[in-house]
Amino acid sequence: MTDIPARATHSSASSGSALLTVMKLRTFIALIAVLVFFSIAAPNFLSAANLILMAKHVALNAFLAMGMTFVIITGGIDLSVGSIVGLCGMVAGYLVLNGIDLQIGYTIYFNVVEIALITLAVGILIGAVNGLLITRLNVAPFIATLGVLYVARGLALLSSDGRTFPNLVGKPELGTTGFGFLGAGRLVGLPVSIWILIVVALGAAYLARYTPLGRHIFAVGGNERAARISGVRVNMVKMFVYMFSGFCAAIVGLIISSELMASHPATGESFELNAIAAAVLGGTSMSGGRGTIGGTIVGAFVIGILSDGLVMMGVSSFWQMVIKGLVIIVAVVVDQAQRRLQQRVTLMQMAKVG
Amino acid sequence: MSAALDHDVILKLEDVSKVYAGTVAVKQANFEVRKGAVNVLVGENGAGKSTLMKIIAGVEQPTAGRIMLDGNEVSFSSSGDAVARGIGMVFQELNLFGNMTVAENIFATREITNRFRKIDRKTQERRAGEFLDRLEAGIRPDMLVEDLRIGQQQLVEIAKAVSLDARILIMDEPTSALSAAEVEILFKVIADLKARGVAIVYISHRLEELIRIGDYITVLRDGRITGQEEVKNVDTQWIVRQMIGSDAKDFAKADGHVPGEEIFRAEDICLPRVTGGLAVDHVSLSLRAGEILGIYGLMGAGRSELFDCIMGRHGHASGEIFIDGKHIRERDTTRRIRRGLALIPEDRQREGLVSILSVASNLTLASLSRFVRLFHIRGGAERQGVRQMVRELSIKVGDPAQEVSSLSGGNQQKVVIGKALLTEPKVLLMDEPSRGIDVGAKADVFRTMRKLSRDGLGILFATSDLDEVMALSDRIAVMSNGKLTGTFDRAEASEAAIVAASALGHGPAPHILPQNLESNAND
Repeated sequence: MTDIPARATHSSASSGSALLTVMKLRTFIALIAVLVFFSIAAPNFLSAANLILMAKHVALNAFLAMGMTFVIITGGIDLSVGSIVGLCGMVAGYLVLNGIDLQIGYTIYFNVVEIALITLAVGILIGAVNGLLITRLNVAPFIATLGVLYVARGLALLSSDGRTFPNLVGKPELGTTGFGFLGAGRLVGLPVSIWILIVVALGAAYLARYTPLGRHIFAVGGNERAARISGVRVNMVKMFVYMFSGFCAAIVGLIISSELMASHPATGESFELNAIAAAVLGGTSMSGGRGTIGGTIVGAFVIGILSDGLVMMGVSSFWQMVIKGLVIIVAVVVDQAQRRLQQRVTLMQMAKVG
Repeated sequence: MSAALDHDVILKLEDVSKVYAGTVAVKQANFEVRKGAVNVLVGENGAGKSTLMKIIAGVEQPTAGRIMLDGNEVSFSSSGDAVARGIGMVFQELNLFGNMTVAENIFATREITNRFRKIDRKTQERRAGEFLDRLEAGIRPDMLVEDLRIGQQQLVEIAKAVSLDARILIMDEPTSALSAAEVEILFKVIADLKARGVAIVYISHRLEELIRIGDYITVLRDGRITGQEEVKNVDTQWIVRQMIGSDAKDFAKADGHVPGEEIFRAEDICLPRVTGGLAVDHVSLSLRAGEILGIYGLMGAGRSELFDCIMGRHGHASGEIFIDGKHIRERDTTRRIRRGLALIPEDRQREGLVSILSVASNLTLASLSRFVRLFHIRGGAERQGVRQMVRELSIKVGDPAQEVSSLSGGNQQKVVIGKALLTEPKVLLMDEPSRGIDVGAKADVFRTMRKLSRDGLGILFATSDLDEVMALSDRIAVMSNGKLTGTFDRAEASEAAIVAASALGHGPAPHILPQNLESNAND
């Protein structure tokens, strides 16, 4: 819905709006630029195998970035997603290996589908804790999710005493096999994780564009007071975005554990920063009210392709960090310039209309 | 009061005008400020008092005209310039830093430092203490400003202005948050300053105060100065007459339809103030279908707070509301909107619009459920609703997908009204619906109000514009200091009675009331 004003620009508004269009498509242009650059500079970059591998890398960040996008649109921030990834991976690993001991001599083992659902529920629950802290106890989102970041990470480490849950193959007699499907399985030629990404992304984009809840997310971020007076249930909207973010993080936790067939409690450290970077690169405004799922996905791809491509070119990881940082800064600078230009063009049009 | 001869004119405004984009706030004002005297400035909200004072204090620059200080023409490019010339101002809005101490606030931007440029906290606090002692407020200089009551904060603001050692001290409604005792102390300080030859410019809505401490009075109406006198020669009647004038503005005329059954009733609405006391003080009123009830009151009378209570925006408010005779138990805004209430808030930018969303999204924000099947917003239905509102309210917008912030003030206001109407309300609450919009849009808004009332909507509208309330209302309720101080049928309402009722809430001052009020006020 934020790209609606693009249609409002009149064809007559000449060079100003041509530049504006270029700036609006900046993330796309950046994506094409990195693709072209690396396909020339890095051998084998365009091979199908490499593209699918990169897509799998990108998918992880893209999930988190989608959840983060909604949170940021409401004017918040979710720093806890990396830790939720780690904790959810541990939950899944623990359930595959140990089941739940009922303390009366029985142990319940779940099948893979049940394990996935429980893990997702844990992610949503932690998101709900974030939401409650923010809406009921009025803790600033930054602080609330920072606290949960530590708590969730600590719980992940406690769950195994800091050890890895290895070898999550499961036992056929307990019905716990098949955990590897999420990370390694394929449907119609594409990895399962990509299919999940496509489904969740389409769902999120639909939600943002065609449902009252999506509209309310934008309204809360644009002007919380006005939203409240218009009858928007602001607290419910905020609860939803943090729970959705937790849900996305749980998916990532599941996929990573499944790919590695092991759960490590430190998984997901600093993932939240990559997610924020992707959202911002995709045009999400940190002050709330602006952003699109499509933009965020493209942003995640730019960051992911950039780092994979640089690895393939043999650029040192230290330089990679510098380059990633610069890309983010440039993206935000261009974003600001676009806003100013947009205002000028709108004013010009208003003057023309009279 | 001493003779006029002792009071030399220290500052003089000659033909000063101030024009903002589209509106003239001050028109060719001639205003004299006399030394050693209290120069009172009075007028309705929006009459231009604050603008005039901001010009003197250098906050605003006049569009035309001259400022003469001690007989020489001066121009201030900033408030710093004015301070350097000995002009201090106590602003109506508090300009304090809540996170700093009282002493730090008083000496902000002119900190007392020692040789090493380190702030000399002790000296600052001692000097601040001297000023505060004169105000007898029991404020310690090392207290944080945010821990003080609003009234005490106002005293700090006054102490800050006094500490400037100004020759001319402007006080814009300094008593609006003070208790009766604090007002007495302030008056003592003013008398003291006067004796030392300071020229004081004093703005207030409380007529009794003005008569008590003023020496010279100037009345402003619609940016024009309509009367200048020595206070000893005037009475409240005279002031009211000068404030109101006799010329009426052009409003949409009543069409003579008869209001129907009672559609809305509020009983015993109370809202406690953070600083103690009640912002809304046991207010009850009822409204009939097709009736326009105007609520008149000065700033801080509690009109907006009453509306907030009715909309369920304050969890700690008490009182009951009824729509169509049915008790509304829902206490949250969302469900009250569903029951048929809608609010058009006073502050369009902060509360009315989501400025980065499109005109269309803003219009349908409160009524999305109307356009939804299951959970899907039906684009066609939404666009149709938007088109209908754009047409009905004649909102001037090329493409409803445009950002709402690109519209003019009047059209933005129409969007807010359209948003409320799309919820199909039974009762519409409008808080200062004509604020900050141009004449044409005002006429449109008034016409819309008439039309809605003809269609059977009950309209409650709050205003501090006397002409407006007189011209548009079927009945008029007056609020003052949180209380309902009078209700009048249009036929029996007089401007003088309404103005008098609007000062009633501020404690006992009955001796200044016009005699005809007693019979009209049925509070």
